[in-house]
Order: sequence, then structure tokens, then C-alpha cells
Amino acid sequence: MTALLEVAGLSKRFGGLQAVEALTFTVVEGEILGLIGPNGAGKSTVFNLINGVFAPSGGRVAFRGADITGAAPYRAARLGLARTHQIVQPFAGMSVLDNCTVGACFGREDLPLAKAREAAREAAALVGLDKRLETPALELTIAGKKRLELARALAARPALLMLDEVLAGLNPTEVTHMIEVLRTIRSRGVSILMIEHLMQAIMSLSDRIVVLNYGRKLSEGPPAQVAHDPMVIEAYLGDPGMVQRRAS
Amino acid sequence: MLKRPFFWIIAVTIAVFAVAPRGTDVELRESLLLAAVYITLASNLNLMLGYAGYVNFGSIVFFGLGGYFCVYFMGTLGWGLVPSLAVAGVAVSVAALLFGLGILRLRGVHFALATIGVNEAVQAFVTNFEPWGGSTGIYLAPELFQPLGGPGPALWVIYYLLVAIMGVSLYLSYFIKRSKFGLGLLSIGQNEDAAAVLGVPTPRYKALAYSASALLPAIAGGLYFFKGAFVQPADAFDLTLSTEAIVITMLGGQGTIAGPALGAYLYEELRGWLLTSETFANFQLVVAGVLLLLIVQFAPDGLMGFLYRRFPRLRRFLE
Repeated sequence: MTALLEVAGLSKRFGGLQAVEALTFTVVEGEILGLIGPNGAGKSTVFNLINGVFAPSGGRVAFRGADITGAAPYRAARLGLARTHQIVQPFAGMSVLDNCTVGACFGREDLPLAKAREAAREAAALVGLDKRLETPALELTIAGKKRLELARALAARPALLMLDEVLAGLNPTEVTHMIEVLRTIRSRGVSILMIEHLMQAIMSLSDRIVVLNYGRKLSEGPPAQVAHDPMVIEAYLGDPGMVQRRAS
Repeated sequence: MLKRPFFWIIAVTIAVFAVAPRGTDVELRESLLLAAVYITLASNLNLMLGYAGYVNFGSIVFFGLGGYFCVYFMGTLGWGLVPSLAVAGVAVSVAALLFGLGILRLRGVHFALATIGVNEAVQAFVTNFEPWGGSTGIYLAPELFQPLGGPGPALWVIYYLLVAIMGVSLYLSYFIKRSKFGLGLLSIGQNEDAAAVLGVPTPRYKALAYSASALLPAIAGGLYFFKGAFVQPADAFDLTLSTEAIVITMLGGQGTIAGPALGAYLYEELRGWLLTSETFANFQLVVAGVLLLLIVQFAPDGLMGFLYRRFPRLRRFLE
């Protein structure tokens, strides 16, 4: 098991707010690592620090052995780090195929245009957008745009895929479909780091889970272990001991 | 590429420009010459405005600097026309790359303001630069037209060269649009942050586009000021022409290739009519300004957007 992504002592301060503090974790090759935590815990900020959207205030990020701390997002992408956005960011005026082609062209394999189109078609087919290739992105439904985010990231043929709430806002049928897609992606050897609020989904998908609260790591381990960690339960639901103390 | 109809549409356009004015038809030639200049300026502006989504208000600085370099090389250093044009084009392109690396860190309104600043700064520099004649500019001796067969035939040579530059501009827009570079630029125009996350090297691409958009306008400027045998700061760096290039690009349809060409032709016709009409002779720029406001407000995708909506099939032939 080799480490694909190593995050060590990562910190970010926005003015008076310590958004992320001394966060350390590793994603090993082939695993799905879930990143969970209450709203505002700093999960999306961690993504933005990893792929260089924000420069960290401290700590370091290494991806496939290369130090990418504070490097521009396009450098991380070139190395094989792809991500989706919680709030979808499509190229609204471009077709689904063109959107995916951008991902393929400038991703890990630096494909020429013709080959990139092929990779883009494959990625679109994998998420079920193969019948909408010529549709302008702005005409897609929210579920369609979520899929497009994923297809665009996949077209880059990444080594690590960072998913920021790809299941949020989808109906149960769409969620089931999306989980199937994620399993397929994983079976192709792509490692995944995912943020998700849908507990059932992330508990069943993840190999390990890191729990974040107020920017710090609260707990880490296999889903079952994390789910029974009193600290985690407290962060999500309040103090579990309180009920017992009241009863006694 | 050769199988695509648009490739041949460009070729036919160039051919029409080349054969339409004959012998004594100087009036048509002058009108088409101005149209060719407009098309060159608008097409190259479109690389930034339409593709990468960056409003360049000072694009005329390329045209003016190209004019200065060319006139200086010919008049003072005694070079021939072709080497003067080539070196002027490359020099301005390199200068644009350097400016670009600086001001392309800015976005939106701030970038637009900075482009005006670049133009004003260059104009101020040239006005005080004695080797280029300071505020009085540089005059060319009539003898310089002799190698081209005297002033009369020289005007035809200049016309054909400008038509060629216009043709190269259209093909450049076309090839960039169909390339990986073009796809990267278009994605920057749509959402620069998302483009960077997907791996588009945004700073390099923007600087390259800015530099590429300087090359052909600089050569066109060289020809234009050689034609007049005179260049001075007030003419070379006149923001009017910059603004007109924006009106033309928006009128035709930003981001398309046929749009700036169509817009340039229509604008040239409109301008000719306004300048000769008694009522509007002094209001030509006011009309251009109102036109720009109307387009931005009601038809941001210009004439091509209108045509595409009306006749969706046109998408197969036009770009």
C-alpha cells in the first residue's frame, strides 16, 4: 500500500477564523477515503488547499511523491488530481462533450484533441450522459450538472478523484445510480477522496473515514469504528452522555 | 480541416476582396481597405474578447506600435517594406507578451482599465521619445514608394497585403478555435477558476492569446501608416479605433469567426453612410456608442447569435 496523497499539518486561517488546523491524513492507492463532518467543519476548504485553489497557511501536501503545497490548481490536475465542486461549475455555454474534452485535454495524460474527444465520450458514457453529448451544459438538470462535474473530472483519467458532495441534491434513484458509477470508477483503480453528508452512502462506500470538526481531525478509522466513536456522535448529535445523566 | 465548408468560405471572402476593385475603382478599394483593417482588428480582438472573455479596450496600442516600428525601420533605418512589417509584428507581439504577463493577473473591469492604461502609457512614452519624432511623429519620404512602382501602384500593393493580413487573421481565428489551445481559451472565457482546476494552464494561455492577438494588428498598422507616409501619437494610439473594434466584434457576435467579419463590413457601411449624411456627420461615434449599448443590453451574442437562432442549420457552415 503506497501513499498517493499525503497531507501533513495542513492549516488555513481566514482572518480571525481558523478554518483548518494541523490536519494530517493519507490516502493510499486504491482506497476510498470519506471526509465527513458537520457543516462548516472545513471539508471543502481542505479540498481547496489540496488542489491549490487556496494557499495553505501552514503544512504540506504531497501527491504521488511531488510536493504540491500551494502550487497552482492546473499543476495538481496535470499530476493526476481531479476534483468536482460542491456548487457545480460547468462551462455553461459549451456542450457536454466539450466540457468533458477540456478535462481530458488538460488532465494527467495531456491528450491531443482527437484522443481527448474519445476519452471525453467514454467518461460521459460512464456517468450516463452519452445521449446528451451535444447539449449545452446550461440546459442540463441539476442532477445532469452533477454528473457532468464527475464526467469532466473522470475524463482527465486521474489517479485520485476528489468528490465534493456529488450525491447532494439528487433523488434516491439518482443516488443509487451515482453510487453504482462510483463503484465502477473505483474498480478501475482510481482512488477516491470524498466529502459526503449522506451517511448511509459514505458508510457503505468508504474503506476509511476521517471526521473533521472545527477544522481539526476528530476521528479516523473504518466506518463502523468511526460511527461508534462517542466524540463523533457528540459532534453530530450533541453529548450522548447527557441523556443518561438526565435519567439518573 | 479542408473538408469543412467554413475553410472555403474564408477563402472565397479573401478572393472577393482581391478581385472586386479593378483598375480605376479607387473608391471601392479604399472602402474595402478600411473593411480589411476593421476585420483584422476585430478578429484579433476576438481572440481575447470572444474566446478568453477578456475585454481589451486598448487593443489599438498594437496597431499603433506596429505602425511606429514599421515607419521607423523604413524611414530611419532604410529597411524594405516586408522585413519592416515582419520585425514590427514580432516586436509588438513580444511586447504584448510582456505586458500580458503583468496585466493578465487582473480580471474583469480591472483588466479592461489596465488595457487603457497600457495604451495611454505607450502613447505618453512615444510622445516623449525623440528618435520617433516625439509629438510631431515621423514623415516618410515619397521616394520610399519607388521600389513598389511609385505612389499609385504602391497603394494597390498595400491593399493586397492588407487583404492577405485579413485572410491570415480569419484563418488564425479559425485554427485556434479548432485547436486544443482554443478549447482552453474558451473554457477560460466560460469559467476561469473551473478551467484551472481541470488543468488549463491559465496564465500561460492568456498571455499567449494576448500576444497572438497583437501580431497581425501590428502588421496591419505598419501597412496603414506606411500608406499615409506619416505617423503621430494622436493617430496611432487613438482609442476611437479600439472602441470601434469592440463595437464591431459585439455587433457581429463575439466568439464566432464570421461575426467580426460581418460586423466589420456592416459597421464600415454604416460609418460611410453616417459620415456622408448631413444630419449624422458629427455624430458617428455617438451612434457607435448607442449601438454598443443596445447590443450589450438586448443581443449580447450579436448578429451571429440572431442568425443561429433563426436558422440553426447555419451552425453547420459557419463558425
